[in-house]
Amino acid sequence: CTKDLDRMPTNATTSEVAYKTLDGYKQVLAKVYGSFALPGNNGTGSSDLAGIDPGQADFLRLFWNAQELPTEEAACVWNDPGIPDFHNMNWTSNNVLLAALYNRSLFHVTIANEFLRESTDEKISSRGFTGKDADDIRTFRAEARFLRAFEYWVLMDLFANPPFVTENDPIGKYIPPQTNRTALFKYVESELLAIEPLVVKARNNEYARVDQAAVWSLLARLYLNAEVYLGKGNGKYTEAITYSSKVINAGYALKSDYKGLFLADNDVNNPEIILPIVYDGVKVQNNGGTTFIINAAINGDMNPASFGVPGGGWGGNRSTKALPDLFTDHSGATDKRAMFYGTKADIDDPAQFTDGLRVIKYRNVTSTGVTPPAPGGAFSSVDFPLFRLAEQYLIYAEAVKRGGAGGDENTAIGYLNALLERAYGNKSADITGYNLDYILAERGRELYWEAFRRSDLIRFEKFTAGTYVWPWKGGIKEGRGVESFRTIYPIPATDLTANPSLKQNTGY
Amino acid sequence: QGQISGKVTDAATGESLPGVSIQIKGTSRGTQTNGQGHYTIGGTTPATILVYTFMGKKPVEITVGGQTTIDVKLADDKHDLMEAVVIGYGTQKKKDVTGSIATITTKDFQKGSIQTPEQLILGKVAGVSITSNSGQPGVGSTIRIRGGSSLNASNDPLYVVDGVPFSGGGINGAPNPMVLLNPNDIESLTIMKDAAATAIYGSRASNGVIMITTKKGTSGRAKINFNTSFAVGKISKKIDVLSADDFRKYVDSLGTPAQKALMGNASTDWQKEIYRTGITTDNNLSISGAIKNIPYRVSGNFMNQSGVLITDNLKRSFLSVNLNPQFFDKHLKVNISAKGAITNAHYANQQAIINAVQFDPTQPVYDSSSPFGGYFEWYTKDAAGNVTLNPNAPRNPVSLIRMQDNNSEVKRSYGNIELDYKFHFLPELRANLNLGYDVSRGSGTTFVPANAGQAYTTAGQNNHFLQKINNKVGEFYLNYNKTFPGIKSNINALAGYGYYDNATTNYNYASFNAKGDTIVGSIPKFPFDIPRNTLISYYGRLIYTFDDKYIVQGSLRTDGSSRFAKENRWGVFPSAALTWRINRESFLKESKTLSDLKLRLSYGITGNQDGIANYSYMAIYSTSSNASMYQFGNNWYNMQAPAAYDKNIKWEQTATWNGGLDFAVLQDRLRGSVDVYYKKTKNLLNTVPIPIGSNFSNQILTNVGNIENKGIELNIGATPIQKGKLTWDVNFNLTYNNNKITNLTAVTDSSFVGNLTGGITGGTGQSIQIHSVGYNTFAFYVYKQVYDKNGKPLEGVYEDLNGDGIINQKDMYRYKSPAPKVFLGFSTQVTYDRWTLSTSLRASLGNYMYNNVASNFGVRRNILNPLGLLNNSTTDIYNTNFYNNQYQSDYYVQNASFLRMDNLTLGYDLGSLFKNTGHLRLNATCQNVFVITKYKGLDPELNGGIDYNLYPRSRTFVLGANLEF
Repeated sequence: CTKDLDRMPTNATTSEVAYKTLDGYKQVLAKVYGSFALPGNNGTGSSDLAGIDPGQADFLRLFWNAQELPTEEAACVWNDPGIPDFHNMNWTSNNVLLAALYNRSLFHVTIANEFLRESTDEKISSRGFTGKDADDIRTFRAEARFLRAFEYWVLMDLFANPPFVTENDPIGKYIPPQTNRTALFKYVESELLAIEPLVVKARNNEYARVDQAAVWSLLARLYLNAEVYLGKGNGKYTEAITYSSKVINAGYALKSDYKGLFLADNDVNNPEIILPIVYDGVKVQNNGGTTFIINAAINGDMNPASFGVPGGGWGGNRSTKALPDLFTDHSGATDKRAMFYGTKADIDDPAQFTDGLRVIKYRNVTSTGVTPPAPGGAFSSVDFPLFRLAEQYLIYAEAVKRGGAGGDENTAIGYLNALLERAYGNKSADITGYNLDYILAERGRELYWEAFRRSDLIRFEKFTAGTYVWPWKGGIKEGRGVESFRTIYPIPATDLTANPSLKQNTGY
Repeated sequence: QGQISGKVTDAATGESLPGVSIQIKGTSRGTQTNGQGHYTIGGTTPATILVYTFMGKKPVEITVGGQTTIDVKLADDKHDLMEAVVIGYGTQKKKDVTGSIATITTKDFQKGSIQTPEQLILGKVAGVSITSNSGQPGVGSTIRIRGGSSLNASNDPLYVVDGVPFSGGGINGAPNPMVLLNPNDIESLTIMKDAAATAIYGSRASNGVIMITTKKGTSGRAKINFNTSFAVGKISKKIDVLSADDFRKYVDSLGTPAQKALMGNASTDWQKEIYRTGITTDNNLSISGAIKNIPYRVSGNFMNQSGVLITDNLKRSFLSVNLNPQFFDKHLKVNISAKGAITNAHYANQQAIINAVQFDPTQPVYDSSSPFGGYFEWYTKDAAGNVTLNPNAPRNPVSLIRMQDNNSEVKRSYGNIELDYKFHFLPELRANLNLGYDVSRGSGTTFVPANAGQAYTTAGQNNHFLQKINNKVGEFYLNYNKTFPGIKSNINALAGYGYYDNATTNYNYASFNAKGDTIVGSIPKFPFDIPRNTLISYYGRLIYTFDDKYIVQGSLRTDGSSRFAKENRWGVFPSAALTWRINRESFLKESKTLSDLKLRLSYGITGNQDGIANYSYMAIYSTSSNASMYQFGNNWYNMQAPAAYDKNIKWEQTATWNGGLDFAVLQDRLRGSVDVYYKKTKNLLNTVPIPIGSNFSNQILTNVGNIENKGIELNIGATPIQKGKLTWDVNFNLTYNNNKITNLTAVTDSSFVGNLTGGITGGTGQSIQIHSVGYNTFAFYVYKQVYDKNGKPLEGVYEDLNGDGIINQKDMYRYKSPAPKVFLGFSTQVTYDRWTLSTSLRASLGNYMYNNVASNFGVRRNILNPLGLLNNSTTDIYNTNFYNNQYQSDYYVQNASFLRMDNLTLGYDLGSLFKNTGHLRLNATCQNVFVITKYKGLDPELNGGIDYNLYPRSRTFVLGANLEF
C-alpha cells in the first residue's frame, strides 16, 4: 500500500484544477492584483514573504516608507529595525524594510509570471476555453503584464539593477540574471506599448482593474523620469506629454473635493482615480496599506474614532516642518489640501510624536461621516489612488516646462489652475506662469503622502543634495546632504547571498 | 556420567520459567528449560557445576554432587547485567547491549509531585536535557538528546510506548505526546542515544528515541496500590520591578508635568495581584493480578492542580487497562492495552504575566468609575463622554485574567494489541504483530465580556476551537534467535514492516463577540483542514554473538514518507556496531573486582523529517481566507495563490559515531559508562533565502547545510555503603556537548552572515539570534556594548568591531548561545532502616539567555511613555539609565548557568500493616528547592534562550503516601 504515500492537501489544489474555469482564472488574477494590497493569503498574520513581520509585508506600506520617510514629507518616531535609517539616510544592504520591498516587488513579478505561463493561447485552448471566455482570459493576461511592468518600474526606480525573470524562466532551482536600468526601461516601455491595445479601453473596465488609461499613466510617469533612468540628455518629455494627454482626454475629471479622494468611500462617484489599490476593513484586512497610513499618522490623543479607527492610533509618522512650509497657509483655511493637526511644526525630539505637524489627509470615514465595519476597529476601507488625474496634469505641465513637444504652457497653466481652484474653492490662487520649482512644490502640496516624493526629489536633484535640506535630513536637526549614490537603494544582502549573479549597486 | 533434570521457577511468584539457560561451567555445553520450566542435561559428574541464567534474574551456580533432580528458584536481580533492556523491536540483556542506552526504572525515578513522565528522569541520564516549558500546570517539557541536530525540522526525540511509535505532534493544549501519559503507569524509560540503538527506527531517530514500558499485569493474587499526594506551590521569585514609591520618585524627578499628573495614588504590586498559592491533589489507584490465568492491570488517576496564576486550573483523569494472556502453551503471547486521558483546563490569560511587570504600580486594580468592568484601564473620556481606550497601553493584568474565561477539554485514547507468536515447529522464530491507535479530541471556548479592556474593540469575544487527531500504527516483524553452542554463537535476526499514518482534523470557526454576533470577515473559507502524513517502513537487524565476548550488530531500515516526491520518498538508514566484553577474556575472567568491562563502537545513519509541513514538495494552489480577498467591480474574489515549493525536498541525514566503555567493579558497587560521540547532520531541512524570482517566496524549506554535535557523556553509579540497615547510593552524570554549524548555503559565500532567528518582543520584526557557519546554532547576534569607567553601559555606544569608523550592522557579532556546554546531574539516596532521604541536583554551565524583559521595559522611554501613559520598568533601569531601548546590545545576553536542587525527599516506610497484607510508605518532598545563578532575570532555565513571558515555576511542598495490599 505504498499508494498511501501520495497524500493531497484538503483545501488546496493543483494548477490544473485552479485554471479549469474562467472564475478560477479570475481568482488567480485576484492574487495578481491582491499582491499589491495584502501581505499574504490568510488574514493579517500571514505573509507570502519571510523575514519580515506580516504587518509590514504588504507592498504599499513598504513602498510608502521607502518613498516618504527619506524626504521632508514624513519622519517616523518608531525605533523598529530599518525605520530610523530612512530619515537618517544611512540605510545599508541589511535594511529589512528595503529587503522586504524588493522581495515584495519581485514576488509580485513571479506571481504575474505564473499567471502568464498558465494563460498562453495554447493553455487557454487546451483547457477548452473559446469565444468570450478565451478573450476575457487574454485581457486578464494583459493586465497581469501591466502589473508586472509596474513592479519592474518600481524596481527600476528604487533599486535600479534588480534580477530579471519572466514567464519564460522556471520555478525552482534557477538563478535569475541581473538587469540594469537602461535595459529595464526598454523592457517596461515595450511591455506597456505592447499591451496598450490588449487591455480594455479607458474607463471601460471593472473598478480596480487596469485599462488603457492606467497603461498611459504609467508610460507618462516613466517618460517623465527618463533622464533619471537613462542619464542626462535622454529625456522623453514629448512622450510624457503624449501619454499624459491621452489620459487627460480620456474623460476623467477632478473629484470636486480634494478631501474626498482619501475617504472610505473614495471608490464611489470618483471620476479622478485611474487605478486604485483596494482596501476594505472586513474583506481586505491588513496592517499595511491605508490602515498603516492612517493609524501611524494619529495617536490616542487625537480621538482615533473620528478618523474611523476607534481601536487604532499607533502614533508613528508625522511631517517635518518643510512640508507645511510648502503651503503659504498650512491651516487649511485657504488651501484645503493642507490637512495638518497639532501646533508644533518643529521637531526638537525626533522620538516625540507630538513634535512635527501630524498629517490627517487620510480618514477611514465616508463623506457622510460613517465608519465602515472592521473587526477591532483599526482596519481601513480607504482605497489608495495609485494613479489619479491630478498627477497627469502635473506631468503634462512639468514635461512642457522641461521642453517636451506636443503641449503648451497655456494648457499646462489651465491644468495647474484646475488643481488650485479645487484646492481653494475659487480662482483666488490662480497662476499665470510657473517654473520647475513651482512644479516640485505643487507636487508636494497636491501629492504629499501619496508615495511620490523620493522620486520627485531625485528628478529635481534635491534628494541627496546639501543645497536642499529639511529638518533631520541625514540624521541631524538642521539637515545635511548625503552621498549621491543614495538616490538608488542597495540590492538587499539576503538576495546578494542567495543569488550569485547579482552585483551590489555603487556605493554600498 | 549422569543426567540431571529438574524445574526452574521464579523465586518470587513460584511460576515456572521457560527458556532458562543451563550450562555446564567451563564448557559450552548447555540446554534450556522447556515451556513448563523443565530441563534435562546429560554428561554431568558430581563435580559438575551447573550455571542457571535468565534475563533479569540472578544467576545461580550449583555443584551437582549426588543429586539427579535439581529444582532451582531464580530470584530477581537488581542492577544486574542480566537485566533485560528494551531495544527497538525486542529486548536484550544489559551485558550484550551494543548501543548507548540508559534505562531508568521505578526505583530511580524522581520523587515528588510528578505530573508528566519525562520529569521522572529529570537529571538522571547523561546526554539528555529536559527543560520544563514553564510553571503552567500540565505543560510538559522540551527534551533534547545529545543537542539538537536540526534547525527547522523537529528536534524532539521519537517516543515509543510499548513498542508503538507515537507521532511527533501534540494536540492543542498538549505540547508533546508524553503529557497525556500517566507517570504512575510507567515501569521504565529507556533512552536510546547512538545510531546502534536508534537506527532501527530509521528516519525518525536522529534526535534519539525514548522507549516507554508501561506496567503490566502479574500472575498471582490481586495487588492493590494506592498512591496519593498533596502539594502546595508558591512562586519563589518575582521579576524585580520598581515599587510604587520608587516609581513615584522616578516620575517626579524626570517626568513632565503632564506625566506626573498621570500617576495614581495606589501602591499596587501587580505581580502579587496575579499570583497565589497553587494546590495539587493527585490520587492513583491500581489493581493488578490475574483472572483465570489472564494477567491484568487496571489503574486510574485523578489529579486536580490549581496553578499559581489566579484561576488557572487543570483537572486530569487517566484510566488504563492492560491484559496480557498467553495461549497455546505460551506460544502465543497477547498484550492488550488501552489508555485514556481526559483533561479539563481553565487557562488563565498569560498575557497578564508580562503586563504585571509593566503596569504602572501607582494605579489601583479597581476603579469604580471605569467602564471596563470596574477595572482600572488607560482610557480617556472627552467632553461628550466618548471613551477612548489607549490602544498602545497594556491592559490591567487582573482584568486580563478575571475577564477572560478560557476552558478546554482534551480527550485522548491510545492503545495497542500485540500478538507475539513463537512457532510451534520452530520455537526460535517469533512473529510479532503490533497494532496501535492514538486518537484525541481537543476543544475549547474563550469568552470575554463586551466591556473588558482586552476585547473592547470587538465588543468581547466568544470563540470556539476543535481539533481531532487520528493516528494509526501497524508493525509486523519476524525474529529468529538461536544459540549454537557448538560454534559458541548466537544469532538474533529480525525483519519487519511498519505503517504509520497521522491525520489531524482542524475545524475552523468564525469569531464571535460576547453577544454571539459573528465578527465581520471572520467566517472561514473552509470548514476544516486535514493535514496528514504517512510513513511506510521496512527494516532488518542481525546480531551475532560469538563466545559471549564479541557482538556484531548491523541494522538497515528504509522509510518512505508522504512528505516527499516519489523520486526522493525513500531513505535508507544503516548502522553497524561492535561490542567487546573485555571482562570475558581469559585474562580478566577470574577478576574478583571487575564484574563488567565492555567496549562499544558504533556508526549509523538516521534521518529526520518531523516538524516540517506535509506537502512542501508539491506545486499547489490555495484559496485565500475571507479576510484576504480582492475587489473587481462590485464583486469580491478569494485569491487563488501558488505556494512556494521545493520538488526535490528529501530526508535530513545524521551520521553518528559512538565509542563507549561500560564498567562495573566491586560486585557492581561502582558502575558506570563513558561515551564519546560525534554527530554530523547533512542535507539539513533548513529554511533559507533563495534567489527571489525563482519561487513563490524569498525563503524556502530545502535541504541545505550541515551541523555537527560533539560530546562526552559520563555516568557513574555507586553504592559507597551497604551495611546492615544502611545503604547509600550515589548517581552522577556529566555531559559535554558542543554544536557547530559547518555549512549553510548551497554555494559557499564567506560574506554570508547567516540566517537570523529568535524573534524578540519590542519593535516589530526584531531578531536576536543567528545561524552562522562556524558558530553554535542559535548564537546571539548583537553589538558589543561599551561601558564607562564605573561599569555602566553607555547608551547606544558600541565597539567598532570591523574598525571602519562607522557603527552599523557590520559591527554585530556572535556572542554565546543558549545551549549549555556542560550539564550535570547528581542524585543520592540514603536508606537507614525505614527512613530514606534523597535529593537530586542539576547544573547547567555555559548557557546564556537574552533578557528580553529587561531590554523591553528597562528604559526611560517605557516609564515616561510618549504615548500618553506610564509603564513600569525592571530595576535594571538603575543600572543602565537607558533612554531608548537598546535591543541589540550584548548587555542583555546574560550568563544563565545554574545549579538547581530539583527535590529533597524524606521517606518513611511503615512496613507491613493489616496482618501483613498491607504496606504503607509516607514521604515528604520539597521540589525546586533552590537555584543558584548569576542570571538577572526570573529563571535561568528556559528553552530557546529568550526570556520574556515566563509562567514562573513554583517551589512546591508535597506530602505523599503509598499503600499497597
